[in-house]
Amino acid sequence: MIQFDAVHKRFPNGTTAVHDLTLDMPEGGVTVLVGSSGCGKTTTLRMINRMVEPTSGTIQVGGKDVTRQDAAELRRSIGYVIQQSGLFPHRTVLDNIATVPLLLGHGRRKARARAAELLETVGLSTDSGKRYPHQLSGGQQQRVGVARALAADPPVLLMDEPFGAVDPVVRTQLQDELLRLQKELNKTIVFVTHDVDEAVRLGDQIAIFRTGGHLVQCATPSELLARPADDFVADFLGAERGLKLLSLKTLAAVPQGPAPQGDWTLVLDAAGKPLHWSAKGAEVPVRPLKDGDSLLAALNESVASPTGLIARVDADGVLTGVSSRDDIHTHAGQAHTEARVAV
Amino acid sequence: MTIDWSWISGHTDDLTSLTVSHLQAALSAVFFGLLISLPLAVVAHRVRPLRGFLLGLSNVLFTIPSIAIFVLLLPVSGLTRTTTVIGLTVYTLVVLLRNTVEGLDSVPAKTKEAAKAMGTRPLRTLLTVELPLALPVIMAGVRIATVMSISLVSVATYIGDGGLGQLFTDGFQRDFPTPVIVGVVLTLLLAVVADALLVALQYVLTPWRRRRA
Repeated sequence: MIQFDAVHKRFPNGTTAVHDLTLDMPEGGVTVLVGSSGCGKTTTLRMINRMVEPTSGTIQVGGKDVTRQDAAELRRSIGYVIQQSGLFPHRTVLDNIATVPLLLGHGRRKARARAAELLETVGLSTDSGKRYPHQLSGGQQQRVGVARALAADPPVLLMDEPFGAVDPVVRTQLQDELLRLQKELNKTIVFVTHDVDEAVRLGDQIAIFRTGGHLVQCATPSELLARPADDFVADFLGAERGLKLLSLKTLAAVPQGPAPQGDWTLVLDAAGKPLHWSAKGAEVPVRPLKDGDSLLAALNESVASPTGLIARVDADGVLTGVSSRDDIHTHAGQAHTEARVAV
Repeated sequence: MTIDWSWISGHTDDLTSLTVSHLQAALSAVFFGLLISLPLAVVAHRVRPLRGFLLGLSNVLFTIPSIAIFVLLLPVSGLTRTTTVIGLTVYTLVVLLRNTVEGLDSVPAKTKEAAKAMGTRPLRTLLTVELPLALPVIMAGVRIATVMSISLVSVATYIGDGGLGQLFTDGFQRDFPTPVIVGVVLTLLLAVVADALLVALQYVLTPWRRRRA
């Protein structure tokens, strides 16, 4: 969908922001550009909608060279979510979202109707449409930013550290929402972040940049975590990259059996939902896991559990069985082996 | 100093027409001042090298004594209202130009960047994003320029205009304080009312600044 071919960007002050970049960002996928500050990831993103012009090389969106198109029209056809939302402080939330439809000449009534629809899509209440951006929380503003980018239903969405300025709890929520939205909308998303965990969570492919604008490696998250191209990538992914890989695998394949009777017993409520581990008056809380939860969560829970067992539940929270620390370890090991071998 | 109330009641028509004429002169000056300042401010804001020159020029113009301006204009526009308005307009430039430039400077870079990235062209960005957001600072300038012009109109009495200022020369020449006092009170009233109306106008024009979170 988006193709970079031998793209260079040198700024007038002589710094090279992007060095000989050739990269393919597939349609309907999330490509995360990651790297420390000054590595050229944001410049790369901004060249797609011509906020920055490349010094040489070509960039195509949907098969068309971006520099051969009118810049303003090109930008209207590409959604853009900016750091700290970049909302217009003098326009209501509804009018902020309606920005691009209005520029496209859709008419105020139609544009506002579309904006109201999008409020719901991004999980905001209808009456927040009449408010001004400063009356919303940081997380809500970020949602408005996403709604504004989606308003004209562009096939491509550029997101420049969109969740960088919100607290970790809200960030996780926004990431979940984005993944949910993406399942419905199937946009081609280019996402810039310096947060490896965010990249692993959101990316279908991750492109790691090094200072000087060099692309070091572009691969799926599991491939990247299992087989970093060099020490730079390995260092960037961090010492826990082995565990991060486990965050990509689910618990589904780990065998489960009935809860054993021993010193510790798993106490259930009337509906069959696990409450806590109990032994001789002591109680340890239990966090039941579903099949869709990650191996990393399972490992974490098994380490904390007094029996080394984790409680498995179905979608309704009813106990289906327990899995042992050993079985989880075995699967964690297999996950790594698979990732190393997989092409 | 006693006020001759009968003089006031006998001259209501004159006082009304002088007040209207006074206000007209002041408002025309602010109007033309804005007309000149807005495009110049946009240029000064966008073209950095011109900025110091334009702001400096408006400062220099401000230092010319008012009587000198009128005398310089006499060969051009004579003893007319035009001379008064041109003279006053020159003085409004110093505040209007500076405040408009500062207003445009105060628009967050992030917001302008967002407008551009959404596909807004530069002229539309100026009209629908930059100027509205610069409005509070511009309006502060308009308020100062208005009050300043209202107080300065009287100076044009030297060239036979001057609105309420004529009351000062009249009272002074006849050693009769009532017109002077009435002139001062009416000038002050005009300034206070005009300022209040501008505050109200700004309130209407900037709805986003009203509701605090």
